[in-house]
Amino acid sequence: MEAFTTHTGRAVPLRRSNVDTDQIIPAVWLKQVSRTGFDRGLFSAWREDPGFVLNDPARQGASILVAGPDFGTGSSREHAVWALQQYGFRVVIAARFGDIFRNNSTKMGLLPVVLPATTVEAIQAATEADPSLEVTVDLAARQVRWAGETAAFEIDDYTRWRLMEGLDDIGLTLRHADEVTEYENGRQPWLPTTV
Amino acid sequence: MGRTLAEKVWEQHVVRRAEGEPDLLYIDLHLIHEVTSPQAFDGLRMAGRPVRRPELTIATEDHNVPTVLGPIEDPVSRTQVETLRKNCAEFGIRLHPMGDAGQGVVHIIGPQFGLTQPGMTIVCGDSHTSTHGAFGAIAFGIGTSEVEHVLATQTLPAYRPRTMAVEVSGELPPGVTAKDLILAIIAKIGTGGGQGHIIEYRGEAIRGLSMEGRMTVCNMSIEAGARAGLIAPDETTFAYLKGRPHAPTGAAWDTAVEHWRSLTTDEDAVFDTVVEIDASTLTPFVTWGTNPGQGAPLGESVPDPEHTSDPAAARRALEYMGLTAGTPLREIEVDTVFMGSCTNGRLEDLRAAAEVLRGRRVVTRTLVVPGSMLVKLQAEQEGLHEVFRAAGAEWREAGCSMCLGMNPDTLAPGERSASTSNRNFEGRQGRGGRTHLVSPQVAAATAVTGRLTAPADLDQEV
Ligand code: SF4
Repeated sequence: MEAFTTHTGRAVPLRRSNVDTDQIIPAVWLKQVSRTGFDRGLFSAWREDPGFVLNDPARQGASILVAGPDFGTGSSREHAVWALQQYGFRVVIAARFGDIFRNNSTKMGLLPVVLPATTVEAIQAATEADPSLEVTVDLAARQVRWAGETAAFEIDDYTRWRLMEGLDDIGLTLRHADEVTEYENGRQPWLPTTV
Repeated sequence: MGRTLAEKVWEQHVVRRAEGEPDLLYIDLHLIHEVTSPQAFDGLRMAGRPVRRPELTIATEDHNVPTVLGPIEDPVSRTQVETLRKNCAEFGIRLHPMGDAGQGVVHIIGPQFGLTQPGMTIVCGDSHTSTHGAFGAIAFGIGTSEVEHVLATQTLPAYRPRTMAVEVSGELPPGVTAKDLILAIIAKIGTGGGQGHIIEYRGEAIRGLSMEGRMTVCNMSIEAGARAGLIAPDETTFAYLKGRPHAPTGAAWDTAVEHWRSLTTDEDAVFDTVVEIDASTLTPFVTWGTNPGQGAPLGESVPDPEHTSDPAAARRALEYMGLTAGTPLREIEVDTVFMGSCTNGRLEDLRAAAEVLRGRRVVTRTLVVPGSMLVKLQAEQEGLHEVFRAAGAEWREAGCSMCLGMNPDTLAPGERSASTSNRNFEGRQGRGGRTHLVSPQVAAATAVTGRLTAPADLDQEV
């Protein structure tokens, strides 16, 4: 996974609440067996509307999505994270995220930033007023900065460290393979196997 | 201080705990299907890693499979299913492919085989894994990176969620089902209400539910924002499990039951959040909007967006759904009725729907899709398929089908359905399709009249 320390880019305001992962990437796109090519599926139903914010020429090349509350609810599809990343997003800011989506994001190095709803709206308003506005998301300092404003966000130390180092979770767990074996030796004998 | 059921099960699975790190949790059962696994297997191959415990893993084909006999016509769907077959063969994982008697929706087959047992940790690359919580297991959906992690290590790093009690007092009135109950709970706490929590469903009404009803309730925990929902195991649970192919037998059964009886929330345990609901006040419940929290009792009308908790979202939803505030929900006409899915595709659901349809005719396109091949077989042994066919409904093969429309069963743009599934998201059942979530009984009655209808309404009409 790509390490994340700090990122500066333009933002896209998405003033919708409850953007579920079926909207982020509709099911027809999930049939692919590779990890690439999902950018075309990102918000594909909504992108058919020329007025949808991602179709605005002023938003091309933006890399920070600023969304309404409960972003990424619903299906566990990690394809939603791949689609956002492959389209060019490095950060999603929202007041609240679906648990699985947020988890999937941190596994892939897409940074989910939780800020109070009023702060999210302030950033949305600022980028609506000036689409060229640059927003900085500083994971090291746990801050979002834009137009002279600063907002602090919370993220647990472990996830922050993993993101900043770009570390693979599996590699980290395999360091504790002995403890896993020890646990396995103590499992209840009646527990089922599939064979 | 006492501990909650969720805390007990969690603690029993902690492999490693270190200050400032998530717990490393052992996973007892890993379910996989064709959609969220191919990239995980690729990851293993690229890193040269084996599957640590293939015998704690089971695979099925469900999302892409057609529900009419014959091969998969869509080449992309076919490739995905073939990829699963290759991966399972290469890594030694038991697979129930299309046409196999054990095939079915992933969350239906686990309980059916007796693989889902109290006190276990169960994961799957699918958000409705919460279904298995009905047995008193901690079961939750994961993404593909985590699927790869579980395949490689049989563990997951995770922070313990907060606990929420949903206390359901009273008894469900006749004609009111587990589906109505969970829709009412979601409408009450909202689609984000359970975020960061494991819900424990408790109380008289929950104790009174069958295992199938409990699965319906736990299934939709994710629609309330919770990753998992569970119910303490009891005699109903043990009776359901006994004799299933993978349930313990002989002396092991007795030891297991003794352990399972300890899996309850202590009297003095404290939940982080408590929600109370009185089951005796409930009536059939349906959704009017584009998320499962946008629902109301069938006897009410489409709400005025300004009087909802999120007016902007409600306005957008009504526009998408083609509905006007103030329209009685009973006057909403539907084109298609879908009965099935991991929410309501089990035998009890089909029995309930068939009971309503017996001796009646449907006026809508009506798809009946058993959740698994075993459910299909059992339903046919009871002659339910003949009731559905005589009523003019289509009796199909097992799979996810129109729950998400990855196979050919989809809604056309603007087409409206009453569906026993779990998500009324925009386009979920087909681009531009409009979905109302309902119970199996309401689905059946709706198929008879072509409008959202409860079975009790039919009796009044004759
Ligand atoms: S039936 Fe629907 S919700 Fe259940 S696993 Fe299949 S697609 Fe997902």
